[in-house]
This record gives sequence, structure tokens and C-alpha cells, in this order.
Amino acid sequence: MKTLTLAVAAACIALAAPAVAQQKEWKEIRIGTEGAYPPFNNLNAKKELEGFEIDYGNMLCEKMKVKCTWVVQDWDGIIPALLSNKYDVIIAGMNATEERAKKVDFTAVYTKTPISMIGAKSITSTDVSPAALKGKAIGTQGSTIHANFLEKHYTGSTPRLYPTQEEANLDLLNGRVDYVVADKLALEDFIKGKGKDCCKFIADVPRDPAIHGPGVGMAVRKEDGALKALLNKAIEDSIKDGSHKKVADKWFPFPVL
Amino acid sequence: MRWCEAPGAWIGLEVLQNYGCRMISGLWLTIELVLISFTLGLVIGLALALLRLNGPRPLAMLITGYMTFFRGTPLLGQLFLIYYGLGSFRLFWQDVGLWWLFREPYYCCLLAFTANTAAYQAEIFRGAFLALPRGQTEAAEALGLNRIATYWTVLLPQAMITALRPLGNELIVMIKASALASLVTLFDLMGATKLAFARSFDLNIYLVAALLYLGLVEIIRRIWDAMERRLTRHLVLH
Amino acid sequence: MDKYLTLLSFGPEGWGDELLSGALVTISVALATLPFGLALGLGVALAKRSDNRLLRAVGTAYTTIFRGVPELLTLYIIYFGVQVLVQALWKGLGLPGTIELSPFVSGVVALGIVLGAFSAEVWLGALNAVHKGQREAAAALGLSKAQTFRLVVLPQVFRVALPGLGNNWMVLLKETSLVSVITLQDTMFIATRANVTTKEPFLFFGVAMLIYLFFSVISATGLSRIEARTNRAYAPAGGRRP
Repeated sequence: MKTLTLAVAAACIALAAPAVAQQKEWKEIRIGTEGAYPPFNNLNAKKELEGFEIDYGNMLCEKMKVKCTWVVQDWDGIIPALLSNKYDVIIAGMNATEERAKKVDFTAVYTKTPISMIGAKSITSTDVSPAALKGKAIGTQGSTIHANFLEKHYTGSTPRLYPTQEEANLDLLNGRVDYVVADKLALEDFIKGKGKDCCKFIADVPRDPAIHGPGVGMAVRKEDGALKALLNKAIEDSIKDGSHKKVADKWFPFPVL
Repeated sequence: MRWCEAPGAWIGLEVLQNYGCRMISGLWLTIELVLISFTLGLVIGLALALLRLNGPRPLAMLITGYMTFFRGTPLLGQLFLIYYGLGSFRLFWQDVGLWWLFREPYYCCLLAFTANTAAYQAEIFRGAFLALPRGQTEAAEALGLNRIATYWTVLLPQAMITALRPLGNELIVMIKASALASLVTLFDLMGATKLAFARSFDLNIYLVAALLYLGLVEIIRRIWDAMERRLTRHLVLH
Repeated sequence: MDKYLTLLSFGPEGWGDELLSGALVTISVALATLPFGLALGLGVALAKRSDNRLLRAVGTAYTTIFRGVPELLTLYIIYFGVQVLVQALWKGLGLPGTIELSPFVSGVVALGIVLGAFSAEVWLGALNAVHKGQREAAAALGLSKAQTFRLVVLPQVFRVALPGLGNNWMVLLKETSLVSVITLQDTMFIATRANVTTKEPFLFFGVAMLIYLFFSVISATGLSRIEARTNRAYAPAGGRRP
């Protein structure tokens, strides 16, 4: 099987253009994000990137005195694309889980938020245990900790995995799924906006450290230790001097660290 | 260890051992989706071809429009148009009692696949009927056969021989196209593969999926070759 | 109605300009893939006809694999897998810098590989349709093998292959919609984003379908013209002459 891919790879080399060599000191950083996870990162109606992570990332870049460019990448490919050098760091609400840490390195945690279930307004019970949700369809984004969480704990329910969180939310609105699970903050945006007539918070779910990890961090390639150190220092500084809180307060209704 | 974990354990591929059972149930879902939509498409496609060739003009034009649309646009778009587009008119579907159909991604997929393959199969049948020499119909008329009997006993058996190979190709196209089901939350073979990849980041799982699809296609190809030999055994073609 | 017109307008709140640029991406991907895929297919067809057993086996394996694996899977494998392998190979060879495949290149490569497999079958059929006597006559005229292929065989092959290749093109046009899953901002990608932002799936997927339908109808008309043109010299006796 490997030989086949190798043969194809060899054929493709001829077609690929070599990019410029990356200097060891970081003057320019390409940041990968998803653009479909408000309020962390989102493409707004004017098709511009906005959100906490966009403001926070740009602020860190100023602190580090580097030029930053943003690259939008779909979630399923966000780690493979980092590994294949399409950008240098992922800032996309990514929880620093052990599974992902096998492939990439994470910086210090810069947000940690509750994980919640939302559902139709008609739901009266606040019990979201696996037993209570048996036979229900639960939507979330594929390739996320929430998908893994459903797979591990909610074996009696029907998981529905979407390419983006927004599509999962839309299907809750359309009545195709009974519950949606995700970061409370990401759901807050939906509950207050498009979903305000249909849906409400049901309850937070308990964190499973093995699946959810310590919180949201930025992901870099394992060989880019220098970049990781640079980012860690900037994150630390931003938390100390209060600039993290300033940006967070603009986007989030409650403290995220 | 369950049997579906065995192949992964045997060749020492951890991701296949962990997700072997998922892959197998995904494979079943793929087969199920393809078989149901292809069979429904066969019946509908034949009916559409006959109506387009013999039906009243407005109906024939309507069918031509249907076939142009479904053959001229990507299946991915048709699937999204049905799943997200039609699915957004929930109140209407609840009123007419069809919400169960549009609620389930499984039915949406079947609907999109069937509508698509029916259009392609209709074109195959239309071509096969048109390729028959005119004398066949005239001879049947001379024998006093009515139109239904002419189609059923004279034209259809001959058209089937011409249509057989393109129908086989269409079935293979459907097997491959069914991978799109994964984009509307179904865990078909492709969906199971993506799930396994998302957790393991092991690209070998994609190669395993490729082999499974290849196996399916090869089986269909063999069955079709055998059917063709049987159907044409009275013809001196070889 | 006004709401829909605003959504489709070219202003900052409208998606008209994005849809247009998506349509351009769709057609550029298809046009970029076409020469690459057709050349690849011709090469594979020649390999399948070669006297060399190894070449024949490679050709057969190629068409079997890429005609049997879902295009979506081929795309994922190229986009995620080959990328990593290419990088590893690049580094392994000790070459400086990095190498990367953009979504556009990945998309074109994946679609081209698939088109290569399907068009190989068409080329093969057309190559077989050229009468052996043509090659013998060319040899008798003293043409070299390369000359024979270029001047005698290829023009005839092209005429026979045209309907099949035209069919390949129509399939390719629709297959380009798959590149949306690797974030190439084609028609389908724009429609998906517009759906998420505006909650008007029926409108945007409907418009996207019309864009594809437009390309398909234009292509079908164009192809039948080209076919008629290449067949001019072969009009049946007693047929209508222009």
C-alpha cells in the first residue's frame, strides 16, 4: 500500500512548486483557523474573519512583533494542513487533548470553557446523562472532542457529526437532531442569535479529562519549539498585563480562564 | 476480541483494530444505500425512458427537463439541496406529513441517490431503445402484438442486452458516489473512515477504505461479466 | 423577494460576487485538469497497448484502482496523505526549504488522476479502432514510428475518441464540486458558506445547481458542434452536405 502512495507522491513532486525557505527566527507567522466557530473565529456576513481568537491572535502578533496572516481551513483538515506546512500555528478553539498531542505540540492554555448541551425549548428535563438521552439524535462537529465524547459515553444515542458546528446548530433549528453538544461559548452565540426562538441551554456536561484535555491551546508542529516558546511567552504576558482579559471581555459574557 | 477487530490485529494496524467494526458496519450501510437506490432507480429510470419515448409531449418535455437537471448538476449539490434546502421547510413537510422523510439523513440520501441514478438509468434505457432497428417494432406490429406486448416481449429483452454494460458502469459510479453520504452525517464506509482518521490521524485507514471500495467494485464487475455472458449466450458476439 | 435579490446582489451583504468568483474557480479547476488528465490518460492507454508486460500491468492497475476508488477518497488521500509524503521525501532528499501543494494543485492532481483513468479507456478504444492498415501504409511511405503516431494515428484517434472524451469532460465538470471539501472556494464551497451565514439553503444550493447546469448545457452544445465539425469528412453517402 505504501509503495502505491509513494509512486503517486513521486508523480506529484514534479507538479509542486517549492515554497520559500522558512527562517529560523520568526518574522512572519501564518495562522490557520476555521472561520466557522463563532465567537472564537468566524467569517461574518461581509466575509471577513472576526472573533475572539482573531483579535487575540492579532494582539499576540503585535506583542511578538511579527507579521501575521490568517488562513481559513476546514476543520477536518486543520491538523493535516498544519503538518503539511500550509500554516505555522492553529488558533481555532482547539482543545489540547492527548490524542492530538501525539501529532502536534500545544502552547499554554488560553481559554477553558464549560461544555454544554442545548436542545429545543420544549425540553423540560435538565438531565443530559447518557441514560436520559438514550435513542436521541445528538449533533456536533466531526473530528472534535465533542464527537469523541459522544462516541465514548453516549453509545445508546445516535451521534450526528457535521463538517462545521454551524451546520449542526442549523439541524437542531430544523428539528433533525434533539440535542447539540459543544463549547458553551460557541453555543451561546447561536442561542442568542439564530437559535433564540427554537432552542435553549439544557445543561453543562461533566468534563472527561481523558477526552477534553486541560483547555484550548494553540497547536504548532513538533519541530517548531522556538515558535512554541515565543507564543507561550506572549500568552503569558497577555494574561499578566490584563490584555487577554480585555479582548476576552469583548467577546465572552463570562471569564474564560 | 470481536471478529471485525481481527483483520486489524492480524496485520498489526492499530487503527483498523480499533475501528474495524465501525468500518464493517459502514461497508454494510454503503451496500444498503447503493442497492436500494440503484434498484428503485432501475424501475423509475425504465418508466421515465418509456414515458419520454411514448408519452404525451408535455410529459416527455417534463421528463427531459428532469433528466437534464439531474445529469447536468453534481450529486453533491443535489444531496445538499435536498438535505439542507428542502429540509429547511420543516413546517410545510409536517403539514403534508412527510417530515419523517426529510428529517432523517438516511432517507434524504436515498432520495438524492435514487433521483440521480434514475435520471442516468433513464438515459441508458432511452439510448438502448433508440438503438433497436425500426424493423423490430414493425415486425411485432405485423404479428398483431399490441404495444405493451411489443415492449415487454420484443423490445425490452433486446434493449436489456445493450443496456447491461452501461447499467453496470452506473452501479459502479453509484458505489463510489455513495461516499458523499458521509457529508450529511451518515456513517457509511467513508464516514467511518473519516471518524477513524480524525481520532488516529493514521492515513493507512484511507488506504484500507480504498481497498474495500475496490473490492466492492471488482465483485460487481465479475457479476456483470457473468450476467453478460449468460444474456448473450445465444448471440455470436465473441 | 427583495430579500433574495439583496442576498444575490454584488454588494457587501450580497453573495453575487462570491458566487461569480466561485463559478470562475469551478471552471478554472476543470480547465486546468483537462490537459493534464487527458495526457495522462493517453499515456496510460499507450502503456496498456505496449509490448512490455510490466508497462501493461502498470496501466491496468492504474485504471482499475482509480476507476474503482471514490473520487472523494482519492481527493482526501492526495490532499492529506501525499502532501505529508511529499514533504518527507523532500526533506529526505536533503533539499532546502519546504514544498507544498495548494488546495488548487491538490484538487487538479486528484481530479486529473481520476480523469486519466477514465479517459485512458476512451483513448484505448479509439486507438484500437484505427485500422492496422493505416500504420502499415504510413510505414510504407517511410514515416518513422513517431511521425506515424503524430500525423496519421492521432488525428483519427481524436475523431473517434471525441464523444467519449466529451463525456469525460461533462463528468469532470460535476466532479469539481468535490474540491469544496478541501476548502477550494468553488461554487459549492461558496453555497455552503452562504447557507451557514444566511440560513437560506434552498436559495443558495439552487443557484449553485443552476451555475453547474449552465456550464453543462454550454458544454453539451459546444461538444456537439465540435463533433459535427470533425465528422464533416465522414458524412454518409447521400447524406445532407453543407
